[in-house]
Amino acid sequence: MNVALVKPTEQPYGDLFAEARSRLPGDGLVASARKAAFDDFAERGLPHRRIEEWKYTDLRALLRTVNPLAPAPEKATLALAAKAIAALSIENTCRLTLVDGVFAPELSDLSSLEKGVRVQTLRDALGEGNADLLKTKVASDAMISLNTALATDGLVVTVDDGVTLNQPLHIAHVATASSASAVTRSHVRIGNKARVTLVESFVGAEGASAYQVYDQVEVSVGDDTELQHVRLMEDARDAANITTAAFRLGARVKLNTFGLTQGAAVSRYQGFITFAGEGSELSTNGVNLLGSRRHGDTTLIVDHTVPNCISREVFRAVLDDQSHSVFQGRIIVRQIAQKTDGKMMTRALLLSDEAEADNKPELEIFADDVACGHGATAGAIDEELLFYLRARGLPEKEAQGLLIAAFVGEAIESIVDDDLRDIAIATAERWLAARG
Amino acid sequence: MMTALLEVKGLKVQVEDNEILHGLDLTVNEGEVHAIMGPNGSGKSTLSHVIAGKPGYDVTGGEVLFKGEDLLEMEPNERAAKGVFLAFQYPMEIPGVATMTFLRTALNAQRKARGESEFSTPDFLKKVREVSARLSIPQDMLKRGVNVGFSGGEKKRNEVLQMALFEPSLCILDEMDSGLDIDALRIAADGVNALRAPSRSMIVITHYQRLLNYIVPDFVHVMSKGRVVKSGGKDLALELEKSGYAQFEDKAA
Repeated sequence: MNVALVKPTEQPYGDLFAEARSRLPGDGLVASARKAAFDDFAERGLPHRRIEEWKYTDLRALLRTVNPLAPAPEKATLALAAKAIAALSIENTCRLTLVDGVFAPELSDLSSLEKGVRVQTLRDALGEGNADLLKTKVASDAMISLNTALATDGLVVTVDDGVTLNQPLHIAHVATASSASAVTRSHVRIGNKARVTLVESFVGAEGASAYQVYDQVEVSVGDDTELQHVRLMEDARDAANITTAAFRLGARVKLNTFGLTQGAAVSRYQGFITFAGEGSELSTNGVNLLGSRRHGDTTLIVDHTVPNCISREVFRAVLDDQSHSVFQGRIIVRQIAQKTDGKMMTRALLLSDEAEADNKPELEIFADDVACGHGATAGAIDEELLFYLRARGLPEKEAQGLLIAAFVGEAIESIVDDDLRDIAIATAERWLAARG
Repeated sequence: MMTALLEVKGLKVQVEDNEILHGLDLTVNEGEVHAIMGPNGSGKSTLSHVIAGKPGYDVTGGEVLFKGEDLLEMEPNERAAKGVFLAFQYPMEIPGVATMTFLRTALNAQRKARGESEFSTPDFLKKVREVSARLSIPQDMLKRGVNVGFSGGEKKRNEVLQMALFEPSLCILDEMDSGLDIDALRIAADGVNALRAPSRSMIVITHYQRLLNYIVPDFVHVMSKGRVVKSGGKDLALELEKSGYAQFEDKAA
């Protein structure tokens, strides 16, 4: 008797690609790169707990399947998206908006692009046959393959040498379609001696539920450039957001990056930061604010491939109810990367007995003249501190709020730009207010 | 006619099945300053914690009335809003919360609980500046995290600053002299004395008589093994300085 040995989980992925194909830009090399990537994804399937890098974030259990692509946005959905963007109140940025994974010029500030900045959509670039935009060097991972196969649109932004931007560039992701996927890939290429602030935001429009966001952003930073990066993820409470970010730093770069996760039922932000030029400094900071049964994973891989660079990681998680936060931080110091100074500190604050924090710091050091260290803590709110505040008149929730704000403050304070720091604080305050 | 501000009647308190206070009585009238002295472990700090509402204490008997109301039924923040202030023996450090933010948040929380309007920023700043100058608290200290990097004396002065801002009707000073040198003690005590008023009562808890040279009490109580074993005027403190606590420990046993 012949039995078809098809795992039940594999078949839906096959339909997914077949159905998506007509919507995906690019043919020739682009199309074959997509096909190869999808075959790779279909063979691996969603990552699960037996894949070391995904041990704490088992997408087979958490996501089960990949939703079909969202339909292209139309007038009504754009109006909903506009409302969601307004609610974010991130003012005074040059905004480039992706709605359900598709660039929306109506909601973007293309006319106010500053001198020395060029923007093309991924759709157009792939249409021109630029298959390199789908290549990723940092890791081999099922989710990267999925993104390569299905990336519908995104932005290709170039900032010329010597350009100092007055306004932050803001890539805004808005989801309006329920039970659908938005798959995007963007490239940000910054030349030498430039100064840039890049904001990324993720939000769901009113009524959007159970959607999935799969984003990938590749950032290259030229020599002597300063980049400030702020990412705010506030997707719908039942959504998923799986993002890969890759930063490649030239020489004498200063990169300050901050990420706030306070949305989505399931999220994973995996950042790969590679030092490719000497004398660069990285400050990477993050906060996860989670409640109910939500799962938030921040995974950072910092790779020192050259000598004389400095990396600092500060991560905080605040967990309520039955939420689950994962922080995996890996610092790799290659044999050649002498005089590396790398430190990472992660702390979790548990507001409930049922919350879970997994902190996994790792150092992989192959050089012998380095200063590296890491620390991790997890604990409840200090009862003595709480009593001190209550004895001074603060109701319990307010006292907790003040202590939580202080706990995440160290990470949020790392944001240099006053306006963006205030926005991050306001975003964190929305989470606190929602706690009631 | 004296009005009782605080009435502690037959108070029994346990910590983890271990009785610390065995039926304590204490009445503090409006405007009076009471000193509570006693050896370590006599229950002085327990009394202050129970009045302020610190969790972890189990009241098994008696009652505590404040302005005639049952204090033990109130949350710590409600007690603060009603006018109870505990100056901590070891004030907490709160990194990441600026002192100024803390002061304003606390003051406005108390005012809100009393149904009063929140303090306007200029009025608040004016008041903080005035009081902090009197207590020799530099302005830049107010911008730092609460008590972070403060010396022992600065922490105690910060407690007195809060007392002056919140204007409580009952101040409990828990071992205010611990860890202070004589100059720091004098500044803190001067700050406390400036707050003495006919409408404000104080309970000064101390192991040593020294503090009472600076904050002169109207009454002195000696506690031993969870009870008040002797009460008297300010001279009782001087007497204790000579004879020590041993006689009372025998008595209570």
